[in-house]
Amino acid sequence: MKKSNHSVTNNIRKLRFEHNEMTQQQLADTVKVTRQTIVAIEKEKYSPSLELAFKIAEVFKIPLEQVFTYKSKND
Amino acid sequence: MFSTVIVLGIYYWSVFERFNAEIMNTDEQLQFWAKAILIAIPISIATKIVMMIIFAISNYIITREKMPDFEDERDKLIELKSTRNSYFFFGMGFVISLVVLAFGYPPKYMFIALILAGIGSEIFDNLSKLYYHRKGV
Repeated sequence: MKKSNHSVTNNIRKLRFEHNEMTQQQLADTVKVTRQTIVAIEKEKYSPSLELAFKIAEVFKIPLEQVFTYKSKND
Repeated sequence: MFSTVIVLGIYYWSVFERFNAEIMNTDEQLQFWAKAILIAIPISIATKIVMMIIFAISNYIITREKMPDFEDERDKLIELKSTRNSYFFFGMGFVISLVVLAFGYPPKYMFIALILAGIGSEIFDNLSKLYYHRKGV
């Protein structure tokens, strides 16, 4: 399989701790996904859909680009 | 995955034993294999249901964490990719079974190829799920 030439990084883990040490389960329940999906996003093994990304940003009450960062591997 | 393979393996073993014990013409052979595969479908479904219940209970006892009762976008994507892989595997098996028939082998070998493709696609589906869950999707 062809490797993607870009990656989406995030700082959800840091943001959770800054928000009263929110657990992965609490975040998962709020945005209606499983805890495993939050784990996969934090480990950058899964890039969420735009809708889910917006929902996560909404939980932390910050713009999307402060949660997720797009990095091209060519940069 | 192992439970399905073991149960289906035992079932098809008994089917082959019965097949070898009987003398049948081509029409009877086709009917025999069609019945054998049709019976295997509910056996496979029942095995999966029983194993899912056992897994859910044992998972709760060990981790004290309830299994999610819904599928989110990542689960659906993994399911979709795994199903694609298993369909590809079964498709290859189907083509092989046609090739077997085209080369003049008895229908028995065509059905053996189909059964192996079915079990193989089940294994491939589960291995794909395992891979995507661990390595990411």
